[in-house]
Amino acid sequence: MFRYYLKLGLLSIRRNPALSALMIAAIATGIGACMTIVNIEYVMGSNPIPHRSDVLYYVQVDSWDPNEAAVDVDRPPRQLTYTDGTALLEAREARRQVLSYMTWRVVEPEDSEQLPFQVQSRSTSADFFPMFDTPFVYGGGWDKSADDNGEYVVVINKEVNETLFGGEDSVGRTVIMNGDRYRVSGVLDTWDPMPKFYDLNNQHFGEVEEVFFPFSVSIAKELSSNGNTNCWKAPDSNGWEAFKNSECVWMQLWVELHGAEEKQNYLAFLDAYAESQKALGRFARPLNNRLNNVTEWMEIEGVVADDVQVLLGLAVLFLAVCLLNTVGLILAKVMRRAGDISLRRALGASRRAIFVQYIVEAGVVGLVGGFMGIAMTWLGLQGIRGLFGQSRMIDHLVQMNWTMILAAIFLAVMAALAAALYPTWRACRIQPAALLKAL
Amino acid sequence: MLNMKDISKVYRTESVETHALRDFSLHVEEGEFVSVTGPSGSGKTTFLNVAGLLEESSSGIYELDGRDVSSLNDNERSRLRNEKIGFIFQSFNLIPELDIFDNVDVPLRYRGFGNAERKKRIERVIDIVGLGSRIKHLPSQLSGGQQQRVAIARALAGEPRFLLADEPTGNLDSEMAESVMQLLESINAEGTTIVMVTHEPNLAQRARRNIYVRDGQLEEAVPDLQVAAAL
Repeated sequence: MFRYYLKLGLLSIRRNPALSALMIAAIATGIGACMTIVNIEYVMGSNPIPHRSDVLYYVQVDSWDPNEAAVDVDRPPRQLTYTDGTALLEAREARRQVLSYMTWRVVEPEDSEQLPFQVQSRSTSADFFPMFDTPFVYGGGWDKSADDNGEYVVVINKEVNETLFGGEDSVGRTVIMNGDRYRVSGVLDTWDPMPKFYDLNNQHFGEVEEVFFPFSVSIAKELSSNGNTNCWKAPDSNGWEAFKNSECVWMQLWVELHGAEEKQNYLAFLDAYAESQKALGRFARPLNNRLNNVTEWMEIEGVVADDVQVLLGLAVLFLAVCLLNTVGLILAKVMRRAGDISLRRALGASRRAIFVQYIVEAGVVGLVGGFMGIAMTWLGLQGIRGLFGQSRMIDHLVQMNWTMILAAIFLAVMAALAAALYPTWRACRIQPAALLKAL
Repeated sequence: MLNMKDISKVYRTESVETHALRDFSLHVEEGEFVSVTGPSGSGKTTFLNVAGLLEESSSGIYELDGRDVSSLNDNERSRLRNEKIGFIFQSFNLIPELDIFDNVDVPLRYRGFGNAERKKRIERVIDIVGLGSRIKHLPSQLSGGQQQRVAIARALAGEPRFLLADEPTGNLDSEMAESVMQLLESINAEGTTIVMVTHEPNLAQRARRNIYVRDGQLEEAVPDLQVAAAL
């Protein structure tokens, strides 16, 4: 019977093209507006590393001003001081730990024909690559001994490898940065986590660095951060050593912990560490150490902007208005076909049969509306691109994936079915004898 | 076949009560061809609607094929309509966007027959009404007489025991009306019980029995049909 009802639905659309077109347009417009915003929110809030997000934890310890919280009323600072970061890194209390910060370097190609160029780089530790599961075209990350020994090794991305080595396997070859020679240990394949979860302190949707090299090297080279640096009191004096030993926060620490017990143990370790610092005259604030996994940290950092949430609410309201219009249109259509319903009832159709027939028809309308809605969503996203201009973030936000396309169709069909409930109920109430004479 | 006893049908609005049928009693034997006449508004169509289970009576007992159908629920009434009763309407009541085959198919769909059974039945009844060559035509491509033949084919497709016709020739010219009448007579000759409402005395006279309805009641003596038609 389903195929029969499907055929009747399609015939009905052909029989009332104008009314059907209006219904489809109402659903498509509502879905288009709603899915445009849902798509943006979905992309903004999507898990950038779903297979590991539950075991990666961002570490915060409260080393801040005793008189004022670092963030809001009770949150610890977003980053760590050098003192705390290196102490926690060297303690190796987690399965893996990675300390990093962002900096800039200038690459000097060996080919004298090529001009030097600036690269965004990340000073980090060996666990960065296995912890964040970065893909490699050639080679891999460096090992812990390179960290410990301050070896000049580097991981470059595909673009830098293309520029310097024509895309060949460059593992073991040399990259000169700011006059120092680094041995290539690996070439990253395309890796573009969105949002850039491992450093939400700077840009949520910033670009992944082009070059990675050991944290120990950058410290030895006295390279400061090019990202956010916040201090609640000024360093004791000028100079690198004073800055390193200051209460300024500028580093991010991630740890890998599996299960609640490991998390609990690590929190206990952080508390013990904070107590030890209190004994040294630091950490004047109450204990306030935190571990948040990737999705929790994204939520805390407000990766999905509040504006988007408001827009989403408005879009849902707009969809509701479109659906109310659709209810009216379906009702008008059903009432126009009351004679047909009356006849079918006379010929033996039960109320249930009439209900299913009109619900299937509404589903067909919803399906077509869903496809149109996808087109409207695409137009909406292109409108946003036109409004805000082209950038990596906008390019990323305005893309549609299969999940969203399927969600749009599903939502459209569900919306149409919901809109059809009342008119279909009315259709079922039409008596078999009601309009036979009037036909 | 059909047994009505003291059937009443009252339509109520907030301020008005209309008695469409009053203590209406009628017995129709299996295989009979009964014509129903009476002035406009006398209750003929209401009788047909109640007899065809399109409407419930307000009171009284109605037995169809030996079964009391007065208190059936909506689903049971739908099933019984579909299985036992065929309807023929004055204005044909074909679905304009469906071709002849699909129009005849409508009651069979609700009967739950498989594809092969439905096809066999549809082709058979369309042949009976002489429209085998028009099976893929839309109703708009047929004459009034042909459309009524399609409606008769639709009524026959489910092989009903009981055919109800509400002025089946009312919208046809005399030649077409005659051919439809002949078709109904041949169907009745095959054993199907027919109850036909008509305003046309000459057609009513062709039935085996005539009943006359006035003010929602069956009159004992059927008046002269020519006079009755003029009322």
